[in-house]
Amino acid sequence: MPDASARPVPVNHPAYPAVNVDVAMELGLRSSEYDLAVERLGRVPTYLELNMFAVEWSEHCAYKYSRNTLRAFGEFKKAQDANALEGAGVVPLGNTGQGIVFKMESHNHPSYVEPFNGSATGVGGIIRDIISMGARPIAVLDSLRFGDIDGDTDIHIKNRFLFSGVVHGISSYGNCLGVPTVGGEITFHPCYNTNPLVNAMAIGVVELGNVAKSAAKGVGNPVVFFGSATGRDGIHGATFASVEISEASEAKRPNVQVGDPFFGKLLIEATLEILATGHIRGIQDFGAAGFTCASVEMSSKGNVGMDINADVIPQRETGMTAAEIFTSESQERMLCVVEKGHEDEIIAICDKWGLSSAVIGTVTDTQSVVIHHQGRIEADVPAQLLTDGCPTYTLDAAEPDYIAVCKAFDTDALPEPADYSASLLKLLGTPTIASKRWVFETYDHQVQTQTEVVPGAGDAAVLAVRAAGGRRIAATTDCNPRWCYLDPHLGSQHAVAEASRNLSCVGAVPVATTDNLNMPNPEKETGFWQFSQCVYGLAEACDFFGAPVVSGNVSFYNESPTGPIHPTPTIGMVGVFPEGVEPVGLAFQSVNDLVYLLRPVGTEDERGIGGSQYLYVEHGLETGALPKLDMEAELAVQNALREMIAHGIIKSAHDCSDGGLLVNVCESALAGNTGVELRLSVTDFGDQPWSAICFGEAASRVVVSVREGGDEQTALLDIAEAHGIEAVFIGQVTSRNKIELPGVLEVSIDAARDAFEGTIPRIMAH
Amino acid sequence: MSIPTIGVVVFPGSNCDRDAEAAWTELGFGNVKMLWHQDTDLTGIDAIIVPGGFSYGDALRAGAVAAMSPVMDAVADFAADGGPVAGICNGFQILCEAGLLPGALTRNSGLTFVCKPTVLKVCTDDSPFLFEYEVGGNVIIPIAHGEGRYVCSPETLAELEENDLIAFRYAENPNGSLADIAGIIGGPDRNVLGMMPHPERAVSEALGSTGGIPFFVSLAGAIQQTLNEVTVG
Repeated sequence: MPDASARPVPVNHPAYPAVNVDVAMELGLRSSEYDLAVERLGRVPTYLELNMFAVEWSEHCAYKYSRNTLRAFGEFKKAQDANALEGAGVVPLGNTGQGIVFKMESHNHPSYVEPFNGSATGVGGIIRDIISMGARPIAVLDSLRFGDIDGDTDIHIKNRFLFSGVVHGISSYGNCLGVPTVGGEITFHPCYNTNPLVNAMAIGVVELGNVAKSAAKGVGNPVVFFGSATGRDGIHGATFASVEISEASEAKRPNVQVGDPFFGKLLIEATLEILATGHIRGIQDFGAAGFTCASVEMSSKGNVGMDINADVIPQRETGMTAAEIFTSESQERMLCVVEKGHEDEIIAICDKWGLSSAVIGTVTDTQSVVIHHQGRIEADVPAQLLTDGCPTYTLDAAEPDYIAVCKAFDTDALPEPADYSASLLKLLGTPTIASKRWVFETYDHQVQTQTEVVPGAGDAAVLAVRAAGGRRIAATTDCNPRWCYLDPHLGSQHAVAEASRNLSCVGAVPVATTDNLNMPNPEKETGFWQFSQCVYGLAEACDFFGAPVVSGNVSFYNESPTGPIHPTPTIGMVGVFPEGVEPVGLAFQSVNDLVYLLRPVGTEDERGIGGSQYLYVEHGLETGALPKLDMEAELAVQNALREMIAHGIIKSAHDCSDGGLLVNVCESALAGNTGVELRLSVTDFGDQPWSAICFGEAASRVVVSVREGGDEQTALLDIAEAHGIEAVFIGQVTSRNKIELPGVLEVSIDAARDAFEGTIPRIMAH
Repeated sequence: MSIPTIGVVVFPGSNCDRDAEAAWTELGFGNVKMLWHQDTDLTGIDAIIVPGGFSYGDALRAGAVAAMSPVMDAVADFAADGGPVAGICNGFQILCEAGLLPGALTRNSGLTFVCKPTVLKVCTDDSPFLFEYEVGGNVIIPIAHGEGRYVCSPETLAELEENDLIAFRYAENPNGSLADIAGIIGGPDRNVLGMMPHPERAVSEALGSTGGIPFFVSLAGAIQQTLNEVTVG
């Protein structure tokens, strides 16, 4: 390797401030980190270099607080040890030769200060992670969390503004891209009042032999930039993501990137065409920290350096300094290394798609990123110092006091509701449970004509992937933040179990997971405890269900002056259908079909009131011990369920989650436009009170329907027995427009529909 | 005998081009040639679909820039010669902007993008794209648009109605379209169709509806008839 001392020492542009520890700390570095940078570099960094350290050594880019904990994820550890971490994970799509590429990423803070552009660029960013691996994006899912929207205070009004702005941003960007938004989840809770969560997950498909890599290869190869020109938007977005939201956050609005979905669409087509030439020797999208991140990470992974001339980078504003160019997070940009001699071919493809492009540098053997600007060398930093050289920390963790108090709370002592019908309607009309049709009808969920189970029709989205000969995949996002608050370890395992169950409910076998760990400030002991408990719980459960975490994202500092969010480890899980298996939806299909509850044996007296929606909505309480989770038993239920679906025995399947059994059957009746009569026997439920039977959220339960009196009914019972699970008869689909549980409750379908479908439009019409 | 070949126009920002291609080829009717927005040679093309999407990012107005592109001059000539041309969604907007069909598509009355299945009433079967439909019958075809509210002058509406040029009307108007119009016909031989709903999304039960199949069956039949005439002639 050439000796750096033989090269000229980088100098500061005269317009820059002098570099010292105060400036470093303003940019977000710790003083010890600044000292380390000076020591390792052997000199005081230039202002541009200091900016590069600040963004690369932010939690957002370096995972410096989370890295040690994340090694609990086996795939992460393997990839990290092999220096092979890529933008997203890849898993085989059955035996079709195609791979599924997918990842979830947060855009929480930007969405708070600028909901429309914050969420739009969240979608754009995650799509670029997929295309930079050579995959064509085929679906997006969004997991969204907002504060309370139902009320007249300033905070409710603000939350409605955020909710509507985020949804509008996603629909505006995703629809234009031509990538269907096929699913996700939206929940509401005051802990997100000034800190909404916007987690976007993208799925793509790539031929397994053609997965693109980010490592830069081939000394002497040209480095080509393509995409939108660079402007001043989004400067220091990564460092902004690494602090808590405060009053001052409003002033960060210029730090929010502005997306252009039209260029996003052009970038998809151009990137895939460019990769198809076979002349690309490394490619990465511009995510957080823009040019810095792309050039440094590609060099670091390739064990090479890059010489970059900032003057020739296409810019959309005049007078930008190199520091601005290298920290800008302007959207829709890519960096690639091209086999020497083929750069004109690549640039011609960019011209065809109307994207700006330029040869901006060369791959070198210096292992350093050297940046030239206006006749000066402004930076010369070893790439691996900026990546692996970031110090990592193991922070102190301490269990918060509330945990023990909540676990000890006795929910059995609570009174029964005065009117079960009223309780059911109240639950159906809770914004978290109520239909999100108001949202998903503004998303194009059908473009690409592969979506077979659309939002609201099943427990997971189902796509028949044309590139894989029509083989089906399913995807879902799940997390119950209240459960993760009450018990981060168990709550996270429930989130994984539910995601897996949702995939099983449509007939898919879970294959892999992406996670988006939305957490409070890790520098507080309780915050770091919540984070690490969630990670350990997730890692165990994902491995158990055969769906290891193959990609993910950590978002810390989700706190505001009103307090931290509930720890929210959002699970994005993908499953593959066995060949020829037809998907099942959640809607009841025909009058007289029989309704069964599948559950593990010995769980009839599980109440599931601790941490339930019922407890929160009816009693205003957020406490109690979570329902137990026996993962073996859960797996048995899912295996049985998938076997029933594979044999075409059942006509609907829907898992019991928020709101319990009654909300579950209501949703199936509403979707199928039928009535249902429940014939529950309390003895089948361990003589529990009706509130627990109707609204308890015990784990591992799925409601299915089957044709009456046919072979299917016998087959269902046989399969249940073979898997050692219970199939409890609980009722029948009727033509009466009612949800009936004789002697306990009766609700008309119209009233149920009004609560379920009408709530969110009514609130948002305010 | 030559294989029926449809041309699917691709503008920067088109996003239903591949869906139109898939519908035609998966139904087994023939070949597809993708036509780049700068192409002007339509040799060997039997019919043209201008697909949905966001051509040119909806700059100015949806369809306004695409209408000025080189390929649309060629498409206009093709239509003037009686060649079948269908504009779907953004394609309908483009055909209106290009003057191949009257009227305009404006912002939905609800001011939001709407993606859902719609029930359409078939108003005529007199077009190369429609003869397999049953007049007066209902079909389900999904919509997905933010600017699908059809508007035109009272005179144009009267002309459309008098000349049986309304192809489909919504059973329940999702966007505020004048006279519930979902699609209209034009061209010298009733050979130009514009519609906001997406027939290419309604070609199998698995996708939720089959209301788009007659669109493609009709077109395949019309092309075959023309090819036969050419062979006979």
